[in-house]
Amino acid sequence: MLHAISLGLVLFGLWLLLSGFFTALLLSLGIASVVAVVWIAHRMDVIDHEGHPIHLTFRAILYWQWLLKEIVLANIAIARVIMARKMPIHPTVIGVTATQKTELGHVIYGNSITLTPGTVTIEIDKDNLTVHALTTDAAMDLKTGEMDRRVTNVEAHPDTDNPNPNANTGEHS
Amino acid sequence: MDIALEILSWGLLFVGSAFLVIGGIGVVRLPDVFTRMHGAGIIDTMGVGGVMSGLMIQAGFTIVTIKLALIIGFILYTSPTATHALARAALHGGVRPRGDETPEDESGQGNSSSKT
Repeated sequence: MLHAISLGLVLFGLWLLLSGFFTALLLSLGIASVVAVVWIAHRMDVIDHEGHPIHLTFRAILYWQWLLKEIVLANIAIARVIMARKMPIHPTVIGVTATQKTELGHVIYGNSITLTPGTVTIEIDKDNLTVHALTTDAAMDLKTGEMDRRVTNVEAHPDTDNPNPNANTGEHS
Repeated sequence: MDIALEILSWGLLFVGSAFLVIGGIGVVRLPDVFTRMHGAGIIDTMGVGGVMSGLMIQAGFTIVTIKLALIIGFILYTSPTATHALARAALHGGVRPRGDETPEDESGQGNSSSKT
């Protein structure tokens, strides 16, 4: 239920920001469409800790700051490689192990790897991520495991340690 | 508008455009589909980020700024997913990455580019 309310608020905020109109008719139409969307999402059973992860909002903001810094640094490194006359690339395929407990954590980690230029996640099989790296430097950076550690910090639940928290009990009771 | 903001805005626009061009050059210069994805990765992180941030400063505190920020956010969430889908499709379609000779991955014939 908490997830549904939160999803509705986020959707309505998004609707307000995108429309920019504040007349009564349009506001009520917006509320009606938000309610319809939340109802459809509830029927599809996608409102849970994975579809709408409110439990990691604040840690995710901290993580984004670090990730954006990493993205800028990696961009400069890859841009230098591309613009170099001889293009010193060494494409490698490496395997890294994800230490996150939940699938959501794996998705965050895989997407963070892909978002950083120089490394692309090409396959995820449970805990094992296959990563294509453009240069050995990018591969080595990933091998240090700092990103993995930080993503594990993001998804760590202090209160609910089981991987499938109250999503089902909250929705159907 | 303040002259410092103007300089910052145009600086960001310039940097973003430069990274867009570099990403485009990368897509052309890099040898195969997996390496080209790294060039495209530059475009949808630094290129989009630089240009959109520059435009956000141009727009000031208006609703346009919020919309531009939303565009950055949506691109940052969707582009890695799309890139991963593309890479996975290429891998399952039988394209082998070049330089597949890492010790822990395939132990046999290292350079398997003759397979395709």
